[in-house]
Amino acid sequence: MYVAVKGGERAIDNAHRWLEDERRGDRKVTDLSVDQIKTQLSLSIAKVMAEGSLFDPELASLAIKQARGDLIEAIFLIRAYRTTLPRFGVGQPINTDKMIAKRRISATFKDIPGGQLLGPTFDYTHRLLDFKLLADGSIDEFEPGKDTEQMFQHVTQFLNNEGIIETEETSSSEAESPDLTRQPLEIPANRALRLQALTRSDEGFLLGMAYSTQRGFGRNHPFVGELRIGLISVEFEIPEIGFNIEIAEIEISECETVNQFLGSKTHPPKFTRGYGFVFGQSERKAISMALVDRALRWKELGEVSDGAPAQDEEFVLYHGDNIQATGFVEHIKLPHYVDFQAELELIRKIRKTAFEAKKG
Amino acid sequence: MSNSEEDFNFAYLDEQTKRMIRRALIKALCIPGYQVPFASREMPMPYGWGTGGVQVTAACLQETDVLKVIDQGSDDTTNAVSIRKFFERVAGVKTTENTGKASVIQTRHRIPEQVLSEDQILVYQVPIPEPLRFLEPRETETRVMHALEEYGLMHVKLYEDISINGEISTAYAYPVKVNDRYIMDPSPTPKFDNPKMNFCPAIQLFGAGREQRIYAVPPYTKVISLDFEDYPFEASRAEKTCEICGATNTYLDEVVIDDKGTRMFSCSDSDYCNSQKS
Ligand SMILES: [Zn+2]
Repeated sequence: MYVAVKGGERAIDNAHRWLEDERRGDRKVTDLSVDQIKTQLSLSIAKVMAEGSLFDPELASLAIKQARGDLIEAIFLIRAYRTTLPRFGVGQPINTDKMIAKRRISATFKDIPGGQLLGPTFDYTHRLLDFKLLADGSIDEFEPGKDTEQMFQHVTQFLNNEGIIETEETSSSEAESPDLTRQPLEIPANRALRLQALTRSDEGFLLGMAYSTQRGFGRNHPFVGELRIGLISVEFEIPEIGFNIEIAEIEISECETVNQFLGSKTHPPKFTRGYGFVFGQSERKAISMALVDRALRWKELGEVSDGAPAQDEEFVLYHGDNIQATGFVEHIKLPHYVDFQAELELIRKIRKTAFEAKKG
Repeated sequence: MSNSEEDFNFAYLDEQTKRMIRRALIKALCIPGYQVPFASREMPMPYGWGTGGVQVTAACLQETDVLKVIDQGSDDTTNAVSIRKFFERVAGVKTTENTGKASVIQTRHRIPEQVLSEDQILVYQVPIPEPLRFLEPRETETRVMHALEEYGLMHVKLYEDISINGEISTAYAYPVKVNDRYIMDPSPTPKFDNPKMNFCPAIQLFGAGREQRIYAVPPYTKVISLDFEDYPFEASRAEKTCEICGATNTYLDEVVIDDKGTRMFSCSDSDYCNSQKS
């Protein structure tokens, strides 16, 4: 018996109450605090802040809790909140030379002034489950040495003394940074806009794109010139008082790649660069971003494109945003029965015509 | 979500954003069928779930408006309920299921059966605004094709349909030409609804949030479904009668009512069906 579909509203309310219940889980277990998430899941927070385009560890922690650990859902919560915030203006350009780094490595030189600083890295750990953590989480405190309180010159600057690596120039059109969140994306995009899109792109998407360049789809021969992670200050000029004040100190990951370049009709052979910059400790993404940035630069360097996906600005920029992607991919679970009905009628009609033609 | 209404500006968006959207809407109305880029905002519902329509509705709503929201022709489908509740909460406007009483109607996948009037606005939710998208995936290319009115590719596609299947095999989102100039995607409405767009007295606005496009058809504008002289457009529907109200001229849902696969047909437009019953 067909019952007219009524009660959608009650169904939605019940679904959401059930969701809340499942989020809380077994009441015998202590409720997870936002502080615990903030201090112990900092790499999840880095991802939520980077892809949510909002540096706020507290809100990122709240979003992760509310989203039951689904990071894309958490990013979505942050984006929806971020869009309601007023924009006061544009901060001063960040100078990463002034970073207080807790990690800083170069793969292009054995040693570098200031030294290689591994910092808190998973690198060289043996990936064996640590069953001690099942029972007891107590860990001795670690006191980093004095190395971690200094600033480092960028490694690529050493190469520059020879003029063997391209210099980054700030063109006047890029000095005024575009804002992807306030203007519709238009292709072709300048590098500033591309980098902005890449830094908030999905980590997994960028990782796959970067990987594809290493396997030959737009190969660009990268070396990690430098990877650094640490704190930098953000300054904002207050016109009324006429100078810059520090408004925040944020943790970022920065990766500069040095890429082989054979030269072209317009450019003599020299090393070129790829650049990655991400909120928090997110070096996988910073490296991926640098590879994809370099791949997208073929046109301005006078290279010939292989037609590889990672070299295709329209492809990369339109498909890297995980909030757009998840919404649209998942929207096919919404009712589509009107369209399906239209297709049904059409196929029935075409089949009928075909059968009649066969008989006739 | 436990914030109270006071936390939001009227209709959620801030006034500056609304102004930006209204500018895009006015431009869209001035160039019927042209896709105007706009700085679509992130909304508290997912992309692909009506964010474009919601932003257009938010930019149009005034406190005296009466809003109707439908999805698949019905006011009670879950996403329609969700969007209607959203506006009840953030705008506090009156809502209705009665097509004739609404001043703004937001829709997904249908145009109401009742003829709309001059004092109504119909807001469509649009997933892919570009009618040429599945023939040419690049936005940079399709924008040039529109600018040059270079629509040969579309006609070739329709012709190939006929040569393979004996007819144009597009059942929904059937392309139209607006005001003798732009080819436009009517959103994924069944082609049965296409003729309702032609010289419609109401304002028709289209919002595609994820794709950051707005387009429009002003009142009483020519909207023609693409076809060939020897293969004229046909607004098809299931050749059945609504088993609830007896209508023979409406778009029908086909519902499976038992495990044997027995079917029943009833109006997709629930408000229209109710009005015919009584
Ligand atoms: Zn009916």
